[in-house]
Amino acid sequence: MTKVSMNVNGKAVSGDVPDETLLSEFLRENLRLTGTHVGCDTSQCGACVVHVNGKAVKSCSTLAVSLDGADVMTIEGLSSGELHPMQIAFNDNHGLQCGFCTPGMIMSGVDMFNRYKAEGKELSSDAIRAELEGNICRCTGYHNIVKSIEDAAAKM
Amino acid sequence: MSTKIGDRVKRKEDKRFTTGKGKYTDDIRNDNQAYSAFVRSPHAHANVKGIDASAALAMDGVIDVLNGQQLTGDGIGNIICGWAITSKDGSPMNMGDWSALATDKVRYVGDAVAMVIAETQALARIAAEAVKVEYEELPAVAGVLASKADGAPQVHENAPGNQIFDWELGDETATDAGLASASHITSLELTNNRLSPNPMEPRSAVATYDDAEEHYTLYTTSQNPHLARLVLSAFYNVAPEHKLRVIAPDVGGGFGAKIYIYPEEIACLWASMKTNRSVKWTSDRSEAFLTDAHGRDHVTTAQMGFDADGKIVGFKVDTLANIGAYMSLFSSSVPTYLYAPLLSGQYDVQNIHCNVRTYYTNTAPVDAYRGAGRPEATYLVERMMETAAREMGMDPAELRRRNFVQSFPHQTPVLMAYDAGDFPKILDMAQKSADVAGFAARKTEAASRGKLRGFGYSTFIEACGLAPSKAAGSLGAGVGLWESAEVRVNPVGSIEILTGSHSHGQGHETTFAQIVADRFDIPVENVQIVHGDTDKVQFGMGTYGSRSAPVGMSAVVKAMDKVEAKVKKIAAHALEASEDDIVIEGGEVKVAGTDKAMAWHEVGLAAYIAHDLPDGMEPGLKESAFFDPVNFSFPSGAFICEVEVDPDTGKTKIIQFTSADDFGTIINPMIVEGQVHGGVAQGIGQALLEQVIYDDDGQLITGSYMDYTMPRATDLPFFTVQHHETPSPNNPLGVKGCGEAGAIGSPPAVINAITDAIGTNDLAMPATPQAVWRAIQSAGKSVVAE
Repeated sequence: MTKVSMNVNGKAVSGDVPDETLLSEFLRENLRLTGTHVGCDTSQCGACVVHVNGKAVKSCSTLAVSLDGADVMTIEGLSSGELHPMQIAFNDNHGLQCGFCTPGMIMSGVDMFNRYKAEGKELSSDAIRAELEGNICRCTGYHNIVKSIEDAAAKM
Repeated sequence: MSTKIGDRVKRKEDKRFTTGKGKYTDDIRNDNQAYSAFVRSPHAHANVKGIDASAALAMDGVIDVLNGQQLTGDGIGNIICGWAITSKDGSPMNMGDWSALATDKVRYVGDAVAMVIAETQALARIAAEAVKVEYEELPAVAGVLASKADGAPQVHENAPGNQIFDWELGDETATDAGLASASHITSLELTNNRLSPNPMEPRSAVATYDDAEEHYTLYTTSQNPHLARLVLSAFYNVAPEHKLRVIAPDVGGGFGAKIYIYPEEIACLWASMKTNRSVKWTSDRSEAFLTDAHGRDHVTTAQMGFDADGKIVGFKVDTLANIGAYMSLFSSSVPTYLYAPLLSGQYDVQNIHCNVRTYYTNTAPVDAYRGAGRPEATYLVERMMETAAREMGMDPAELRRRNFVQSFPHQTPVLMAYDAGDFPKILDMAQKSADVAGFAARKTEAASRGKLRGFGYSTFIEACGLAPSKAAGSLGAGVGLWESAEVRVNPVGSIEILTGSHSHGQGHETTFAQIVADRFDIPVENVQIVHGDTDKVQFGMGTYGSRSAPVGMSAVVKAMDKVEAKVKKIAAHALEASEDDIVIEGGEVKVAGTDKAMAWHEVGLAAYIAHDLPDGMEPGLKESAFFDPVNFSFPSGAFICEVEVDPDTGKTKIIQFTSADDFGTIINPMIVEGQVHGGVAQGIGQALLEQVIYDDDGQLITGSYMDYTMPRATDLPFFTVQHHETPSPNNPLGVKGCGEAGAIGSPPAVINAITDAIGTNDLAMPATPQAVWRAIQSAGKSVVAE
């Protein structure tokens, strides 16, 4: 057991966890933040994407104890009160069906927007598709996910 | 603001999903939660000689290790197939025994042998590794051709030669005569590749036994919780039906894989009683590949004959279907009644004969996956039409047009009576949108860059709205396929709809509310949809086979008819008018042509206050209905795919995918288009990327997302989706169902386009770059485009 402390969605949290505990398990089981989903076991599907120190990571492939002192943001922390433009865009553009991959899609979408903005690059639909390499959706055929991220990017 | 049928209403359910507040089965955690892991066979075929759980039981935190002998000893019954198919010689199908935990024999890699219950999930898995099972390995068989061969290992003792049934549909003599009269015959041998449905949410179950009440609660990833309860109680003897509550909360996709009642749900329920703990199991993706029912896996040879005018004169089909190691719940219906009746396609064909033989193999069970039988039929028919057109030197669209059914209803020689459609119209729409006229120029331009362009059609029909109960029963179904609904108007006028349909991505909370808002002219926000809980909703049949709109919504409409009749009686009484003069509009119930009116909610209140109701009327405003369809519904579509192949690498790029669909009445175009996008994506996945592969010994090769290629965003284009509505006359809304069309119609359009591009027809799915490159090389085609 190792004590780990981090800041999750703006709140200081800590816990004693086995060293092998994944961030996704720490979020889901210790903190009961079940919006972060686990859809595979090979770090392929991206349903578990959260932001660590402002960058998208796959929480299923990150050890909780490696993140002592980190700032973590999950889908639950993306907005308070008013929805985030990315969340609104997914509703406006029918960017989700079953909703299981959605938290990871939204967190990846926000991350790619931030990176492209910082680099002064255009987030085109082709770029969005390429950036979604690590996020799998089985419901939408990605059509409306790409539209959602494009729409949000235009408004953010 | 009133909401109408046909409006693009944004989804009511989205907020909880976009904010991480969805509630899926694995999100449930009970106070006395324990976790389970299954000990699974690493062998495709073996005798189980002994199980030594002592090391696992000795671990701190391990609660129990349970096995198949204990399970059957407690009277838990075998898993059954619910659709009885009779062979053409009159004999029943050979269904082998399937215990939720194997007793003496394992028949596929992943077959569950024992179950560990522990205080944490990690511990359960570690302990499962410590359970020692002594196996005596047996020869295994994985493919349907190997299973059929003389001397093949026997999977079940009661299925000689591994054959489950030998079934036929249609008139063989007439079909042979038709073929004999043909001026041209096209022959094809096709495989329909085996797929894994892959809903993104892995299967999960949380079972809790209450020993004081002798009552069980099961949260599970199900498309049909009532059906699960019925089967778990009536057939598997896990719990009496009235002592079992099944809840399917938010479910992250199904695509067929979550119809069936799997060993894990049975085992978790039973284990919760044995241990007096709440027992959870959540599949990981590797387990999903091993144990979720797979789809497709057909090998077919067929001949289609044409007269000199290009009219089809006979279609003869011989199909071998791989059922896997056990017969899953609807496995027998998929390659039979969901397949052969669709072989007439959109065409007026007089003579069709189809022979289907099904076989056991040492692989995971095969059952319905999005489309279920209809994609297999469509792939065959539409590959056949395109191939025949090329052989006869005809335009493939023109050959289709010559054979289109022109008037409705249309009776095919393979059971179906098509309800409504306009096949020339939707093909026109697709051709216009796909710019057929400009294709030659685009092909030339691509050739100038060294690329091969191809154009492929698929004009298809499907049978949805499963299904008329009497007809289904006469064909062997063990259940009726109606749907139920309850409409509860509250005293304040808001409405709850309780439906047996289940939404696992389809957006029912929006579309079902939309038909209510349209009918009673109230805000869509004032309508709440309740589903997925057997304690709340009366018995219903669930969601599969694109049945929620044609069957589920029809039950809602029937119940709304009753509500409306009562509302009019109450208002007529209160307003001192004739009920024939009462109209419901603008949030009011009023006397037509007068200013006499009651607000909608006042009628609700009057019904419950009951101080002044018409003589003899019961208080309250709540009605229920069961709807049993009189026929299937028949959505149709015309798909056109344009591809560009790089001859140097064999890589295919989908340049354009155009659909023109006829789903009858459309409730919400936004949601319907989303269903088409997702279905087409899965069909393109089948055509280009996906295949479950077992080696000859029955070891699963494609057991993760590192090996099984799921379509990703870069594999797919934006889709062009259009609609033409010919309402179905067989249900009150005129809807036909839209969930499966994309997956049914798209694979042949893609393969027709690639084979057009590369100039050889010898190409199987999935058309991976390697497969396409090899096809080009074998055909000896020049790779230098002019």
